[in-house]
Amino acid sequence: MFRPIAVLALSTLLLASCQRETQVERANREKVLLVGNGDDPKALDPHLVTGVIESNVIRSVLEGLVADDPEKDATYRPGAATSWEHNADYTEWTFHLRPGATWSDGAPLTAHDFEFAYHRNLHPDLAAPYVEMLYFIKNAEAFNKGEIKDFKEVGIAVPDDYTLKVTLREPVPYLPGVTRHYSWFPVPKHVILQYGKMTDRHTKWTEPGNMVSNGPFVLKEWKLNDHLEVTRNPRYWDAATVKLNGIRFIPIENFYSETRAFLSGQLHTGYQVPPDLVDKLKAEYPKELHQEPYVGSAFIRINTTRPGLDNPKVRMALSLALDRKGLCDAVLKGYQPADTLTPQMGDYKPDPVVGSDPEKARKLLAEAGYPEGRGFPRYTLLIRSAGARTSAEALQAMWKQQLGILIDIQAKDFGSYISAQQSMNFDLAIAGWIGDYLDPSTFLLMWTKDNGNNNTGWASTKFESLLNEAAHQADPLQRLDKFRQAEHLLMDEQPIIPYAWQARNYLQRPEMKGWYPLLLDNHPWKAVYLDTP
Amino acid sequence: MFKNILNRLLQAIVVLFVLFTVTFFLVKALPGGPFQSEKAIPQHIRARMEEQWGLHKSLPEQYGIMLKNYLTGNPGLSTRLEGREVTDVIAQAFPVSVQLGVVAMFVAVTIGIPAGCLAAAKKNSLIDTGSMAAAMIGICLPSFVIGPLLAEFFGRNLHWFPSMGWDRTNPSTWILPAVTLGLAYAAYISRLTRAGMLDTLSQDFVRTARAKGVPGLQIVFRHCLRGGLIPAVAYLGPAFAGIISGSVVIETVFQIPGLGRHFIKAIESRDAGMIMAPVLLFGSLIILANFVTDVLALWLNPRLRKSS
Repeated sequence: MFRPIAVLALSTLLLASCQRETQVERANREKVLLVGNGDDPKALDPHLVTGVIESNVIRSVLEGLVADDPEKDATYRPGAATSWEHNADYTEWTFHLRPGATWSDGAPLTAHDFEFAYHRNLHPDLAAPYVEMLYFIKNAEAFNKGEIKDFKEVGIAVPDDYTLKVTLREPVPYLPGVTRHYSWFPVPKHVILQYGKMTDRHTKWTEPGNMVSNGPFVLKEWKLNDHLEVTRNPRYWDAATVKLNGIRFIPIENFYSETRAFLSGQLHTGYQVPPDLVDKLKAEYPKELHQEPYVGSAFIRINTTRPGLDNPKVRMALSLALDRKGLCDAVLKGYQPADTLTPQMGDYKPDPVVGSDPEKARKLLAEAGYPEGRGFPRYTLLIRSAGARTSAEALQAMWKQQLGILIDIQAKDFGSYISAQQSMNFDLAIAGWIGDYLDPSTFLLMWTKDNGNNNTGWASTKFESLLNEAAHQADPLQRLDKFRQAEHLLMDEQPIIPYAWQARNYLQRPEMKGWYPLLLDNHPWKAVYLDTP
Repeated sequence: MFKNILNRLLQAIVVLFVLFTVTFFLVKALPGGPFQSEKAIPQHIRARMEEQWGLHKSLPEQYGIMLKNYLTGNPGLSTRLEGREVTDVIAQAFPVSVQLGVVAMFVAVTIGIPAGCLAAAKKNSLIDTGSMAAAMIGICLPSFVIGPLLAEFFGRNLHWFPSMGWDRTNPSTWILPAVTLGLAYAAYISRLTRAGMLDTLSQDFVRTARAKGVPGLQIVFRHCLRGGLIPAVAYLGPAFAGIISGSVVIETVFQIPGLGRHFIKAIESRDAGMIMAPVLLFGSLIILANFVTDVLALWLNPRLRKSS
């Protein structure tokens, strides 16, 4: 009875050990890029998603008016539009589309596809979750909220097939940068209407075989939790530049598994390296480990409606007690200590406000009525169960050491963590924010009174008036100065304690070329290639 | 026998109904909802989304709709995967979980039963002590320790097998996850087999066979195996259901597109439709596995057949 089983087992093992070449070697031959992408996209419809993971895939198959530059964040390249211009106060932009450009099925790509995309995204019946990215457009918000019914009143006009005019509610000198976000991408009107109505949320238009795109690649295959593969789009206007035959996005959630897969020759590039492996990888794989700045901040959100935490002196004391550099060196490998909220971007240089000053922190705490931490309420620091435990423990130790106060740590699953903050059922919470575009407004607008992301209970009319002045300022430098003043005010009040500017720690094989450090991490896939013999 | 099966079927329906009801209300009692995200969705959009998914209705109404959907074989759409049919997701993922379970069970049985038999045949010898010590280690070491170790050694260092991924047509992708998953079960099976075999080996007919000069291994494998396997077989059914439903860690470590990962993600994102389906599937599987085990035990043990 056992003999056949043993023979079968042995032969299976022998068969199994026939792995002659690694996946990367094979992919190099086939010129297919293997990318660890963290997770599966929620969907590929650019109007139904909000995440970075979706963005990575969508940017490979769809292209907006303006394209990303592979080397510089602030440089805009022609995409679906060949050129663009604006009026004197940056409230009207005209984009000239590429004549002769087509979708991957050969249908012409015109300004009407863009108009349709914005109409669909803004339509109240679709309920697009990232629609706020279009609120720069005149009357867009009112249309989305159902306050006006006629889309003709929204600031989108199509004078001819290859011209798109966008009228804005306020000066937006950085609009080309915003249009690089997928919420501004076109969608194929003819295909969407083939599978349902414009506002139908769940149709089959994005399924492999159905999805038509205008980017360098087209969707080939999608197996949930396994891989999503795109292949070269021969009808792409710049197809000659594209050197890869395809990209395979692999949704590896566990960063240890991803690192192991990379080192086993199964990936060209990964999504993230676990922080505790950074030093080891730096020593053993210096060419493969990449550490680059990222347009993101890590901070502690404070519930300023809690007694004690409603005192700015207490909040500032908590902030000044932190050794940000020590935290970044020991725990948040690659992150930079933050002395304000917004990381430096372009011409915007916010004032450094917070730093490490334990003595002043103790003094402020005493002034607030808690000398040497005596009588200080026992607050809880909320974290997501999936991460930030080490950071939280380091912060907890710093507060104990410098101020003599004890803060408890409470870990919750993602849903409960978000829900607790949105319902203001927390004291302190570790949080983060990734910028959508390179302008300080992406970091500052969220701290206004009714913003759904504020969740601190803090609001300031002075702060909002400065933001409002910035919004109506046509001069770019004056505008940034208003933002600088607003950010200084925000930091003086400390409803949030910024402690680090985020970075990307990831692994990448040396044969992968055409990939340069970018703050927004939006690498144009068409520029990437595999330099193999 | 027919009455017995009918009785079991009725019990199964009741169990599944209770499971469905309890799970539904537990999911709804969790804080947050399916549209929570790091960047808050505007209130008017969230309200519209809740309307689209029927989440604005009262809890009993939602329960009634979901129950009706399941009774008519249409579990509906996933909220996390933005409108994908739950049945489509299950159809993609469940066969992978089953395949992994079958291979892992094959590994467990192939290692566990011979090891248990040998340990019993060579009682108190080095083989017995060694195999039982190995079994104890297998039981004590969790799969999230064994898995990364195997992946590191055989995947990264030796490059014998891929350290992640699953291809149903490529056995090289099966080995590491199946061995990791199967080892713990192999350990249990070997200990149960050893106990069962020792019990059988102490019977009078074995003493008679020995007196007649029948060789030791022949006694073990030819005369005692059927009786000695009863405890192990009783364990196999629930173990198989456990392997399929409980391979979440292995699926995460080895990046296997099975149902377990969908289940965990669905819980995190409060995707009720996508939670209920695996719960019912796993529940049915456990009921079925227990039933099959009982039938197998009846086949192996004539005394049970008589009492039945």
